[in-house]
Amino acid sequence: MSLVFAGVCSHAPGITGRAARADARVRDAFYAKLDEMRLRLEAAKPDAVIIVAAEHFANFFMNNMPAYCIGMGDHYEGPIEDEQWLGIRHHRVPGNAALSRRIIEGVLPNIDVAYAEEWKFDHGIAVPLHFLTPRYDLPVIPVNVNCQGPPLTPLTRAYEFGRALRRACDAQPERIALVGTGGISHWPATPDSGTINEAWDRQFLERFLANKRDELVAYTDEETLRDAGQGGFEIRTFLTVAGATEGSTGELLFYAPIPIFAVGCTVAQMAVR
Amino acid sequence: MSLYYVQKLMYQLNRDPSVRKRFEAERAALLADYELTAEEHTAVLEGDVGLLYVMGVNGQILMHYAALLGQPWDVYINAMREGVRKHGPVRAGLYSMLKDRHPPSGTTKGRR
Repeated sequence: MSLVFAGVCSHAPGITGRAARADARVRDAFYAKLDEMRLRLEAAKPDAVIIVAAEHFANFFMNNMPAYCIGMGDHYEGPIEDEQWLGIRHHRVPGNAALSRRIIEGVLPNIDVAYAEEWKFDHGIAVPLHFLTPRYDLPVIPVNVNCQGPPLTPLTRAYEFGRALRRACDAQPERIALVGTGGISHWPATPDSGTINEAWDRQFLERFLANKRDELVAYTDEETLRDAGQGGFEIRTFLTVAGATEGSTGELLFYAPIPIFAVGCTVAQMAVR
Repeated sequence: MSLYYVQKLMYQLNRDPSVRKRFEAERAALLADYELTAEEHTAVLEGDVGLLYVMGVNGQILMHYAALLGQPWDVYINAMREGVRKHGPVRAGLYSMLKDRHPPSGTTKGRR
């Protein structure tokens, strides 16, 4: 079939781990939109969901850090974090190694992607799955874009990776959903945790939802670090979704800074044409 | 400075239950497997999150490590702040680039 759904959402560990400390009204509005995203994803009747994440040293380390990696297992596990700390129980999550392999083979002519037959999810994937596939019954294909350990892949390549993923998905008989997860501006895991540059976020979201490729790839990492924190490097996952939906625009379902979650919480869907 | 190895130790602790068991049962022997400086060795033994942050341990590795130590969120955040106050700006790694770049004005700050 092809790509049948594309969206993005936040994945910060506080979303589940520090839920009780958030303003309940804003938190519940955010959760409601995540649930709407789940319903929209389910309505697309996907056979598998690709999660493009910015993992946080659960699988990849500076001894051998791929710029891009796609999971190729029949199952995965996670989260690696303490269940109480994250507020998510440990699960074995189904994969689809054969479909992964075909997608990897479809991407490789354009992007030198690595693959991994085992993968432990951290909050970057576990939080989105908690809301989007709460029964853990939909095969997941994890994808990582290195957003944590510089040197990082250029934004132009993150967009191109999305294009390559789209071509690979469209060549498959299965119905495939794509979810990108990352923060926009944030300073996670630093003394500035909780800081959010809402103006920067809204400008980025305007560019993303309009799929303005040239404006999306124009950010330099130096500017992003200054204005959006090191967590802003995770815009690469959004750019990959934009690349996969090139020519389409999107709909913002939710955006609000929730400081105790340490990120501007975001839910959006991109049209798939 | 062997920042690489102290981060590698924490990376493996965070993801591998067998390394966590060794951390509990034979900590000195486990640490001997990594090329740690004396300062790093002490910081890990004492669970000094503030000093480890100042040394340049990536926050995403350190956050999981602090959770492993059972540090409540506010204790962990305050440990990093106290570390900077006590030991000065982050010395190496990604966050050493941040020391003169405080979040821009107009940003939202609230309960962390």
